[in-house]
Amino acid sequence: MKNWMGKLRTLSLFSFLVIILSACGKENLTALVPKGYGADQSFNVIIISILVMIVVFIVVMAIYLYVVLKFRQKKRQEDYVPQQTEGNKTLEIVWTVIPILLLLIIAVPTVATTYNLADDSAKEDSINVNVTGLQFWWNFEYANEEIQTSQELYIPVNEKVYLNMMSSDVIHSFWVPSISGKMDVNPENENTMYIEAYEEGVYWGKCTEFCGDSHSLMDFKIVVVSQDEYDTWVDGMQNTDPEFIASAQEGQELFENSCLSCHAIDASANHPVVGPNMADFGNRTMVAGVRNFSKEEIVEWIVDPASVKPGNGMLDAPYLEQENIGQAEAENIADFLMELKATDEPVDSVKQFREDEAKDN
Amino acid sequence: MSEQDVLNPKHMPHNPEKATLEGKNKFMGFWFFLGGEAVLFASLFGTYLALKDATNGGKSSEELFGLELVFIMTMLLLTSSLTSVYAMYHMKNNDFKKMQLWLGITVVLGLGFLGFEIYEFYHYIHEYEFTMRSSAFGSAFYTLVGFHGGHVVFGLLWIVTLMVRNAKRGLNLYNAPKFYIASLYWHFIDVVWVFIFTVVYLMGVL
Amino acid sequence: MSTLVATNKKGFGATLWDYLTTVDHKKIAIMYLVAGGFFFILGGLEALAIRWQLVQPMNDFVSAGFYHELITMHGTTMIFLAAMPLIFAFMNAVVPLQIGARDVAFPFLNSLGFWLFLFGGILLNVGWFTGGAADAGWTAYAPLSTISAGEGVDYYVLGLQISGAGTLIGGINFLVTIVNMRAPGMTYMRMPLFTWTAFVTSALILFAFPALTVGLFLMMFDRLFGSGFFDAAMGGNSVIWQHLFWIFGHPEVYILVLPAFGIFSEIIATFSKKRLFGYTAMVFATVLIGFLGFMVWAHHMFTVGMGPAANSIFAVATMAIAVPTGIKIFNWLFTLWGGRISITTPMLWTLGFIPSFTLGGMTGVMLAAATADYQYHDTYFVVGHFHYVIVGGVVFALFAGVHYWWPKMFGTMLDEKLGKATFWIFFVGFHLTFFVQHFLGLMGMPRRYWVYMENQNLDLGNLISTVGAFLMGIASIILLYNIVKTSIQNKKVGGDPWDGRTLEWAIPSPPPFYNFKQLPLVRGLDPLWIEKMDGRKGMTAAEPLSDIHMPNNSFLPFVISLGLFIAGFGFIYQKNDLSWLIVLFIGMAITLGAMFIRSVKDDLGYHIHKEDLKKEAEE
Repeated sequence: MKNWMGKLRTLSLFSFLVIILSACGKENLTALVPKGYGADQSFNVIIISILVMIVVFIVVMAIYLYVVLKFRQKKRQEDYVPQQTEGNKTLEIVWTVIPILLLLIIAVPTVATTYNLADDSAKEDSINVNVTGLQFWWNFEYANEEIQTSQELYIPVNEKVYLNMMSSDVIHSFWVPSISGKMDVNPENENTMYIEAYEEGVYWGKCTEFCGDSHSLMDFKIVVVSQDEYDTWVDGMQNTDPEFIASAQEGQELFENSCLSCHAIDASANHPVVGPNMADFGNRTMVAGVRNFSKEEIVEWIVDPASVKPGNGMLDAPYLEQENIGQAEAENIADFLMELKATDEPVDSVKQFREDEAKDN
Repeated sequence: MSEQDVLNPKHMPHNPEKATLEGKNKFMGFWFFLGGEAVLFASLFGTYLALKDATNGGKSSEELFGLELVFIMTMLLLTSSLTSVYAMYHMKNNDFKKMQLWLGITVVLGLGFLGFEIYEFYHYIHEYEFTMRSSAFGSAFYTLVGFHGGHVVFGLLWIVTLMVRNAKRGLNLYNAPKFYIASLYWHFIDVVWVFIFTVVYLMGVL
Repeated sequence: MSTLVATNKKGFGATLWDYLTTVDHKKIAIMYLVAGGFFFILGGLEALAIRWQLVQPMNDFVSAGFYHELITMHGTTMIFLAAMPLIFAFMNAVVPLQIGARDVAFPFLNSLGFWLFLFGGILLNVGWFTGGAADAGWTAYAPLSTISAGEGVDYYVLGLQISGAGTLIGGINFLVTIVNMRAPGMTYMRMPLFTWTAFVTSALILFAFPALTVGLFLMMFDRLFGSGFFDAAMGGNSVIWQHLFWIFGHPEVYILVLPAFGIFSEIIATFSKKRLFGYTAMVFATVLIGFLGFMVWAHHMFTVGMGPAANSIFAVATMAIAVPTGIKIFNWLFTLWGGRISITTPMLWTLGFIPSFTLGGMTGVMLAAATADYQYHDTYFVVGHFHYVIVGGVVFALFAGVHYWWPKMFGTMLDEKLGKATFWIFFVGFHLTFFVQHFLGLMGMPRRYWVYMENQNLDLGNLISTVGAFLMGIASIILLYNIVKTSIQNKKVGGDPWDGRTLEWAIPSPPPFYNFKQLPLVRGLDPLWIEKMDGRKGMTAAEPLSDIHMPNNSFLPFVISLGLFIAGFGFIYQKNDLSWLIVLFIGMAITLGAMFIRSVKDDLGYHIHKEDLKKEAEE
């Protein structure tokens, strides 16, 4: 079964790629190049269903083209009255039974994968992350490690990770096309899904349930790292210091006066989820999930958050009303923020990601 | 059929509500309408069932409901359904006065039901401070039972209007279908109440 | 004075009054056509604004807030205020004629249904002028919709509630009309397929719309009266809204597309000069689709977290719908087989529909596979899919229907050359716009995205899509021009310009207000064709010439609807200021008062005397 599926997949993948040429989309964002278990399972069903459907389409189009070309009214045929056929029982049975059989080909793997992806037998022994969706960012709390981070979910490669997801405002939906299909994040009940990534790297995540003004900017990332890197990262996060003293002292003071009430600078899971956690900010792939990682972007975000993400929660921050943070102050804060790191250096894939994004823009 | 035949028929057929095409259409259309109403109440019941335990720390159905009052209400409404059957029986026998009498009794019983319901709501609101805004359960309870109550009010107004409008001229082929579908509506209200009694009150205290 | 003569020449005021009070299904059809056409243009302009915003990455043509109003109102307008009324336009214009009836069962309610729809539709759009229209998506998922600021979503709720009531009334009306008003000999299995689909659609309306009614009431209570159905903080559950919405929303797709199938069935038979292949199977498939349409709503909710059992059941049930739909496609193809196909404009739309809709059906089956849907859900793949169904199915049918029945409704023929130009431009634009969207979705572009980022390989696809949308806009302008041109030229064609098969072609165009002087005797499927084949010119009468009973015009439907429209403002603004309750009471008093008058005032209609009918025939 496995082997047969593999061959079928290689073959169909190839033809599929040819059909749509190179239009598979951006690597690590597209669902067409699966790099995780869930995306893989979905992709199998997509391929099976599209193959069956292409067969149907070819049959329909063959008959269609034949009748339209053959039976068009010809010259001097104006008085011809075609035979008024009532129908044909055999044909009706044929085009009832054959589609049912074709649908079974799709239905069986659909049901199998549906149950497969809902399997939570390994939940107890796996990494469990409590995901919170908020307008317009994501919080990730590692249940057993007792740490939390925002916007970027670190997971070890080839490991099942269970996500227990809930929203604290409206409905969101968690989608990382390359790694797994999506799951809604509801305000009243917890949804669980698991993800497993095959390759290290940074993967784009999107919110796919319309959630307000900046729905289209509620991006996040999954950073897939080696087991070693993961352990180092968790260790670093567990040891982030709430009393940390940065060299950018002015920035730190400003931060403590204007920002600390919502943004914690250590990764302790005890902090309530109000604003994104800043403990590992200096190692982020991007600013606010959508801007390249640079000091200028951080400054712009602090000075004018509405221009980056309309309607976001920062707009209620008192400093905006008091107008006590200008360009210079924001630069100091940015210096401070870039010092906040759980590990001295970002992992290689994050470095690579930053470079790629900087080059593209 | 001319206007005269409809308004002053020489003799009333046994089923005056279906003697004209308009009457037949009304009769059938109203059944379809009740089908739609059934979906409406089914949706409300579904919502209620989903939210009946969502008390949000407030009063629950066990603490609120007492069956004595609801039992009297049920009896009133069931009886009123029966009396409206009598009214239709007399309509088919072309006995206008008796029909009016039984419709009148139906209205009185309906008013009794309504009075108790208003008392019940008043009681919950003032004794227990249990309102539509207390919890999702409160919202669902008042919406479901209130929709039914609204139907009772509309049904009463409708029947009274018909009785007053036709008091002087008696039965004819034009108003017979109107009386008939009003009584159909009244039966429907009664059936819905049976479900409310079971789903909301019985299941709520048991 | 004879009533027949009175309907002729009239001034503007009298004509206006005539339309405000008419209960004639043919005039109501024209009003539905005009109002639906207006909202179609409005929704189309909204669509163009959406596509212009997406023409390039990180565009700033409109703000995020305004964009979300645009997408919400585009969807709501197109579904409820354009597609539905246009379908109702054809049901009104054609169904009574096809079954050989003089009017619908409830002419008064027919008029009421129209005015409720129109006032509801206007109320929905009032939000634009009072600080912003609805902005929570046409699906208005709670709690985003319940916390949406301003009054936009209130207008959505009240507007849809009022127009939904009109639709429900219309549905009941057509059910009774088709059951009770068929001409002698018109058995169920002789009814034209358009009438059959209108019948099943009406049943779907009857059983689907109340779920929306309840959903809208709950949302209204949450937004305006402080209840907590969808508020997690009060113990509420927002998924209830999703269930109620889709219990209505999925049948709604079939409410729209079944009459579209009906229109195509009529056109294919007419222009292939053949009776519909497998008529019985077609009827059976229609009923089956309608039935299954109620069993599959949760396939819109695969990612909600319903669990694998529910997902599997709804996935398989959804796939099952492909079977009767396939039956239809093949029966159409075999109706064409062996026929004498003349490619007129309506037929061109039909031939364009078959491959387009097949693609929409294909992606439909693909979406039904729950695990695959985890990737497609709420992305542009879904946007592509449902536009293939709604545009490739319903809008193509509406355009086909406009060209096909225009002569019957107005007595003139739309220009064929312009009609074909409309088709080709629209067809190309349609595929350009929506085909590429499937790939955009799989490449990681979720729907309802105000902007997409640079360097995500989404630029080209979006550009193509925008170009296509503007082609569709151009095609629509050509159609409008065609309509204006045809109306000005006013060149009359006869009662049966297409060599039709069904009863509507047996009477003059436009039909006299009483439709049939004598009810026709129906001898089989395609009754007019049967008579033609037997060498007769028209139908045989089933009754002697006698007086015709007609309903009276009434202004009350307009007043009832106007009252609700006024009350709507009261409902909305009492949340800010309780003195608005006065407006609410005034509005409700107008409505209930008009209903009271309707109840107590006898309305027995009038008769056209046979002498007048004879006199008219001699003239």
